[in-house]
Amino acid sequence: MPTETLTADSLTIGTHTLASRLIVGTGKYSTYEQMGESLAASGTDCITVAIRRERLIDAEGNNLLDFIDTSRYTLLPNTAGCFNADDAVRVAKLGREILLGIENPGADWVKLECLADTRTLLPDPVATIDATERLVADGFQVLVYTSDDPIVARRLKEAGAASVMPAGSPIGSGQGVLNPNNIRICLEYLKEGDPDYPVIVDAGVGGASDVAAAMELGVDGVLLNTAVAHAADPVLMAEAMQHGIKAGRKSYLAGRIPKKLYATASSPEEGAITARPR
Amino acid sequence: MAGRSGLLSCVGSKKDERAGMQIQLNGRSKEVATGATVADLLVELELDSRTLAVERNLELAPRTEHAATQLAEGDRIEIVTLVGGG
Repeated sequence: MPTETLTADSLTIGTHTLASRLIVGTGKYSTYEQMGESLAASGTDCITVAIRRERLIDAEGNNLLDFIDTSRYTLLPNTAGCFNADDAVRVAKLGREILLGIENPGADWVKLECLADTRTLLPDPVATIDATERLVADGFQVLVYTSDDPIVARRLKEAGAASVMPAGSPIGSGQGVLNPNNIRICLEYLKEGDPDYPVIVDAGVGGASDVAAAMELGVDGVLLNTAVAHAADPVLMAEAMQHGIKAGRKSYLAGRIPKKLYATASSPEEGAITARPR
Repeated sequence: MAGRSGLLSCVGSKKDERAGMQIQLNGRSKEVATGATVADLLVELELDSRTLAVERNLELAPRTEHAATQLAEGDRIEIVTLVGGG
């Protein structure tokens, strides 16, 4: 019975229901073919994309869309590269226009990134809250990248975000979830009286163990890109990530034991024929 | 607009008087025919409007209005599409 329930363990964000709890980025692969294989191996049905100038000069340039089956994936356009709210709103609207053109269901949502600084790629919390409010008012379902600050997370939910997505560690850093306690507090705040509110760890993952650890905290999903695209074997890592998501989710649902300082024996003391130290 | 056509001819336009306007397209200067629309521009560039979005002077130019949106001298046009990203 539990296995059956888990097979149908889907992730609902706003009006979108995803079969997988893993969202995978399409950037930084060495080839489009490798990207396509990695996405397939990850088991995801939702992939992020960025908005950039059409390469008008390079007639040979391949288009990402030639390598993505848009009937298979819900696209999640991002506002990566935006350093103020005005630009983030502009780029979100352009992304929506493109997705309407290709008739992808992702046209009504956006992954909002409103960054403060190129070295850390940390979000600007004030601009991020501003952009969230404006995009929500414009009808977007906003999935918002933020730091692991629980207070900002709460503000973003109040601003109308469909999902708050705290970073585990800086984008592309591969450091995993550096402050699980903050993620726990984010979960408490965001899910208080609203247990189905989706919280996604976005950024910082290095390997499948990081994904599992994040999921075990009780987050609803993980969004990653570099950890797969820059792995020595991206396709194999994508498959590992799929297992990491499932392992972490089941571990959370199963209810892990609390951490204790001292040991507790697994085998009974009673009936032992050996001498015990005092 | 009309007042600047003299300036444009100095820039070295070799065409007839139809070739008249200078716009900024994706950050580079481009000459377009006077009266050209966004739709005309996309046809000239051989681009499929379904897979891109056009912004004119920081405002989205919706696909449904491409044919009716006339370009003007000095317009800043951005044509964007999807690329890989996280």
